[in-house]
Amino acid sequence: MNSADVIVVGGGMFGSAIAYGLRRRGLETLILDGHDDVLRAARGNFGLVWVQSKGMGMQRYTDWSRESARLYAGFAEDLNDSAGISISHQNKGGMQMLLGDAELETRQREIDRMRQQAGPDGYDCDIIDRAAVQDMLPDIRVGNDVVGASFCPDDGHVNPLRLLRALHRGFLRLGGQYRSCCEVVNISHEYHRFTAETSGGNFTAPKIVLAAGHGISTLAPMVGLRVPIRPQRGQVLITERIEARLNLPITDVRQTDEGGFQFGTTEEDIGFNDGTTLIDTSRIARRAVQFFPQLASVRLVRNWGCVRVLTPDKCAIYDESESHPGAFVATSHSGVTLAAANAYRAAEWIADGVTPPDFGTFSARRFDVPAAA
Amino acid sequence: MFRRLHDAAMIAIEFEGRILQVAPHETVAAALLADGAEHTRTTPVTGAPRAPYCMMGVCFDCLMEIDGIPNRQACMTRVQDGMKVRRQDGIRRLER
Repeated sequence: MNSADVIVVGGGMFGSAIAYGLRRRGLETLILDGHDDVLRAARGNFGLVWVQSKGMGMQRYTDWSRESARLYAGFAEDLNDSAGISISHQNKGGMQMLLGDAELETRQREIDRMRQQAGPDGYDCDIIDRAAVQDMLPDIRVGNDVVGASFCPDDGHVNPLRLLRALHRGFLRLGGQYRSCCEVVNISHEYHRFTAETSGGNFTAPKIVLAAGHGISTLAPMVGLRVPIRPQRGQVLITERIEARLNLPITDVRQTDEGGFQFGTTEEDIGFNDGTTLIDTSRIARRAVQFFPQLASVRLVRNWGCVRVLTPDKCAIYDESESHPGAFVATSHSGVTLAAANAYRAAEWIADGVTPPDFGTFSARRFDVPAAA
Repeated sequence: MFRRLHDAAMIAIEFEGRILQVAPHETVAAALLADGAEHTRTTPVTGAPRAPYCMMGVCFDCLMEIDGIPNRQACMTRVQDGMKVRRQDGIRRLER
């Protein structure tokens, strides 16, 4: 198939979720994916479906993240039906753990600001004290340095590797077309059709969605879009498998459905480098042990680095080109959290032009601030 | 099934309470395979028996409790005189 109703460039978390949603709506959908050795944020992430830290300065992004989190239970069922894969979705709330009074005060101020920003919609996240933290985590001992946590009932987590696999398999079973080793090198636009020239042949469609992570930087200008994203590295650790002990995810510690404890993460501006450093690995592990001292004897089995796709304000970008109608871009570092919203709402926007309320807020035009005179 | 290619001066390790004579250059996994061990762990989810497989540190099917430390890779651990080795029985428990 060299032509389709819509081409999705990128088979990662954003591209796969949107393509899955487009195929679900009946469009002939083609994913063009790169080679195995391209940077793949979708295979290195932490697996949180997270709301409490999203959207400082942009309420629409908080709402979008929460909407996605609330769509997730149905989304997980949908993927189970279409792909036969359980993504181990859990939505019993999540915590950001606070060590010492300084962290507590900073977090309280952030919550106050988020609440002010949210206005009548509210911001459902509260500080709980140490005793309440221990009550909510009955199967693991909370460390003495923990003074409390912020708890948000909308937070949760999934198995992110199975999520990606479920999206791909569901997409294929619904009749979607997937091509790997098709890195897009050029996009042209003629007679209302886009042609994507790739290392594996040329493909055409009246619509094209750029969801190729950092690949977007070179592709977006070809369809008249400007997408200012930069790389940011996060390092992640995983331990041996342990009996189930941690029943809620914490911002930087979660126990996977398979038993391993995952620890994260860093926010490093060091370009397209997905390596790891001993100093960060040990700092991350030390913090996890401060949360839960029993983890001191647990052994790490792996650590890795992963390059996030970060926008200037850390909020997602969704845009349709004005000069090239039918060309869309969608990106954010929160591919797991937003997968449900992407599969349902963003796919509906691209397929049928049903624009979610105030969706223009997500346009990259928000970064086009005129230079001061 | 397996036999040693060369003779060597042997040392003693303990496997599930039984004393084995093993060659000092061997890994725990190799020593147990040479002794004819049938399984060296059971899996966390279904309890299925498993034995060393890749012998190069990748598959994690040779996890054992070695000198009191659970979930160690037997294929990456060299035997030592007096070493105590037990099967890794299911998922690791966390001390209370």
